[in-house]
This record gives sequence, structure tokens and C-alpha cells, in this order.
Amino acid sequence: MKKPASNQGMQGLRSEKEKYSIFSLARNSLTYHENWSQAWRSPEPKSEYDTIIIGAGGHGLATAYYLASQHGMRNIAVVDKGWLGGGNTGRNTTIIRSNYMWDESAGIYEHSLKLWEKLSQELNFNTMFSQRGVLTLAHTEHELKEMNRRVEAIRLNGIDSEVLNPNQIKKLVPIIDINPRLRYPVMGGFIQRRGGTARHDAVAWGYARAADSLGVDIIQNCEATGFIIEKGTVKGIQTAKGPIRAKKVGCVVSGHAGVLANLAGFRLPIDSRPLQALVSEPIKPILDTVIMSNSVHMYVSQSDKGEMVFGAGVDSYNSYAQRGSLNIIEGMLAAAVELFPVFSRLRMLRSWGGVVDTCPDASPIISKTPIDNLYFNCGWGTGGFKATPGSGHVFADLIAKDEPNLISAPFSLNRFISGYLIDEHGAAGVAH
Amino acid sequence: MLYIECPWCGFRDDEEFHYGGEAHIQRPTDPNELNDEEFSEYLYLKSNPKGVILERWLHSRGCRRWFNVLRNTVTNEITEIYPIDTLPNSKEGTEYYGQNWRRKSSVEKTIKPREYK
Repeated sequence: MKKPASNQGMQGLRSEKEKYSIFSLARNSLTYHENWSQAWRSPEPKSEYDTIIIGAGGHGLATAYYLASQHGMRNIAVVDKGWLGGGNTGRNTTIIRSNYMWDESAGIYEHSLKLWEKLSQELNFNTMFSQRGVLTLAHTEHELKEMNRRVEAIRLNGIDSEVLNPNQIKKLVPIIDINPRLRYPVMGGFIQRRGGTARHDAVAWGYARAADSLGVDIIQNCEATGFIIEKGTVKGIQTAKGPIRAKKVGCVVSGHAGVLANLAGFRLPIDSRPLQALVSEPIKPILDTVIMSNSVHMYVSQSDKGEMVFGAGVDSYNSYAQRGSLNIIEGMLAAAVELFPVFSRLRMLRSWGGVVDTCPDASPIISKTPIDNLYFNCGWGTGGFKATPGSGHVFADLIAKDEPNLISAPFSLNRFISGYLIDEHGAAGVAH
Repeated sequence: MLYIECPWCGFRDDEEFHYGGEAHIQRPTDPNELNDEEFSEYLYLKSNPKGVILERWLHSRGCRRWFNVLRNTVTNEITEIYPIDTLPNSKEGTEYYGQNWRRKSSVEKTIKPREYK
């Protein structure tokens, strides 16, 4: 019996690409790892595609992959002005969770988390997904009460969430200071044990390799400079490598969403802001979970290399500069050192910034646009990484069917006219 | 780190300031004249330009006064600082103001344009 299109993903992978496994690792080690096959091609663009995705970050590559694997499309291109995964996909702090309060958010983030749980197997690429738990701290009486209310709302949606008292937190994270005399003492917290981290680059590479093996052309160093629009319908894009025609175009360009919308002749409710992160020198394993704090604005996890990965806050002003102000980092580190006195002698190795697309309600936009067959997936702001698989999955569905599904429908641009906002500023506090 | 010259206090770090977002957004005099789509245009849509931006800043930890700034969002270079109730003087500021989509937006079509000094 012929298998349905939705099951062709792995079939395609097996037939066209060397399967990554412990055996292939052993085999390639015999030749000093010099004979690994190419993970994806670097093709020149064809003159026409069925669908073009602008932006080869995690979300864009996931969209292309699901268009190919779930919707049977093959004639797809992903264009990017730089290298794949070189924007916010390679700059975030890799935190994954789905403990959002509103039903709409729970829908998309939990959909995403469920895809994360089997992603490495599906893509045949180790995304190093680690469900080490994400613990959010409360530092005031009010925050603790609000947290209890939030946890109940999250549990009603069937998402695991649990309130911990300071002693339970100390047991879980021995290096934390729970002294009640701190300026912002740890009064409690809530944990999602299924949350965690993944290797951000591996996610982009895994999706790129899987999409490529299904025939998707990934065209790097090919900036989209405009749209070909005829009678209110998009017919293709202008790029640095000349015009490419397409029946449908999806934009997944995070911070530059506003720039592309402007080229297409409409506006978005999005401000592009710098968001910074930094890593310390690598140290021995000391923290095996993710700690976040909304009120002192700090979050930290330890990478598999041993670096402490710190996320700072977003700057208040608009900027496309991929760098932010130092006072944001100073404030975050002050909070980190107060909560973890052991970090005070840690030296920081690198800091960097990305341009994030912040929305007025801290929820994404997955939507049709005023231009027919042009779709936008943006507004993930400071927390898009966790949604990578789910976002790509529902966006592919929207592009293929020209109609949002139940998960993506609430995130349409129309909510800014109807007023049906999905206000997630509470959940989006920091490591969003 | 931005280094902003407050017209009253001189150069200070951006930490002393509060960002007021895009400047010269005109509030509709009678919101009831606008339909939901038009009001949404005023309330939510952003210029968010890559390049020149006209924006408002408040010296919140200093003299607590508002002023306007012309900044480049790619280089963060500030090229003009002008009072809150005036329009920019420089060529690029005047050009940006004139060409901004808000000049043609439904809000600015339905109301008397604000008078600047």
C-alpha cells in the first residue's frame, strides 16, 4: 500500500541521505571524519517555485520541512540574506517550555513542545533536546499568589506545572541563595519539568538537512529586496540574485518583518528591539535546570560545554544594530550574583545581541496579509526559539491550505482590529 | 549604550532616559469618527524603520522633560535633537517626516493637522 504523503519525511531521508547513527559515527571515525557526506546542497535559485520562504532560521526551515513532509510540496525554496541559522536562531538562549497562561498560547507552545519531544528522531539529527526542567522564581508575596493562579490555569490546559517552596528549590538547585534577607528573596517558584533546552544550531541544521533531502532548495546569501505583486497577489520576490517567481511566499524574518511588510506595502504592529545574551567561561556541571526570574530579570542555564548561559533583557528603544546597552547586562548580572553568590568569580566569555520583533501583546503573528498568497510569521519577540517546530508546523499548514488551523487562527493580524489580543506579558516576563 | 544629549542637562547614558517610541503620532480628536480598522492603525501599527527614526525620549532620571530625537536605528547615530513641540529641522528629518506613511493614514486624513511651532 502506498504511504500517505505525511509519512514520507523519514522515507525521503533514508533514501537520499546517509543516516546518522552510532554505526555511521564509528564508520566515519575510521577515516578520520573526512568522508562525511554533505548535509545540504547550496543550489542556485530556479526561476520559479511553488513556495518561497524568506528567512532560513529555525522557523523558516521548519516551515519548509513541514510543507515538504506534511503537505507533499517539493518545489520550495528558502532564501536568506546571510547563512542559515545565523540570525536569532543562533543567538538565543535555547530555552523551551510551554507553561503559558492563555488557552491560545498553551495551544501553540504545547503543540511545539510535543513536536520537540520526538524531533531528533524525526529529523535523524541530534538536537540535544534536554528536558531538564524550567524553574521560574517568585520574589514577592504578590508574585507568589499570581504564580499559584497561573499554575492552576496552566494545569487546566493539561500542561505539567508545579509550585515549589524555597526549601524544595534549594534541594533542586543547591547553589541558589534562599536567604530571606535578600533584597528580592526567593519566596517560591514553579517548575515545568518537561521544559528544558536544545542545541539551537542543531535545530537549524537538522531542519535544513531534512528539508534539503526532501528537495527544498536552501539559498543562502540571497537577500530578499522586494516583492513582485500583481493585482494584489504576490507573484514572487526580488532578490540579490535576481527575481524569483512563486505562487506563494511566506516571510519568517523576525526582527526584519517590518522592513519586508513595508516593501509589500503594509504595516505591522511590531517594534524591533535589541535583545542580549552572554556566556561565561566553561565550568564543571553546577546547574542542571533552567532558572528564570521575572522580577529581578535574569535567567540562566548551563550548556553542555559547561558555559553558564545568561539571558539579559530587551532594550527599550528600537534598533536593528544587533547590539544593546551595557546597563541591561549589568542589571542582569547583579541579579544573577545576588541569587547565585558562587557566580561572582565567573568571567564572561562573550556577549552578543539579536534584533527581536516585539508585538504589543507579546504573542506572535501567524497570518495571512492584505496581499493574497503572502503570509507572515513574526512577532515572536524575545521567545521564539521554543516554538520553532510548532510555529513551522502551523505556518506550513496555513501556507498550504490558505486558511489558518485551530492553533494558528487566534494569532492572525486581525486581532489588532478586533481587539482580541492574547496578552502574554506575564508569561513573557524574561526567558520567553 | 546610547549617549544622548538632553537639551537641558547635556550628554547622559541612555539608562537615565525613558523611551517614548515613535514621535509625531497624532491622536484622533474624535475616535468615534474612525472605524475599528482605522483606529487600529493609530493604536497599534508601527513605522519601525530600518534607518532614520524620529522618536521621543524623556529624561526621567534627570530633568524629567521630553524631547525629540532623530536617530539611525542601524548605526544608533543621533543626528538631531529638537523640542517636543516642533518638527525636525535637518534635511533627513524633514524628508522622513514628510514621507512617513502616517501623513497619508486615515487618522491624519480625518483630523486637522497638529500645528507645530
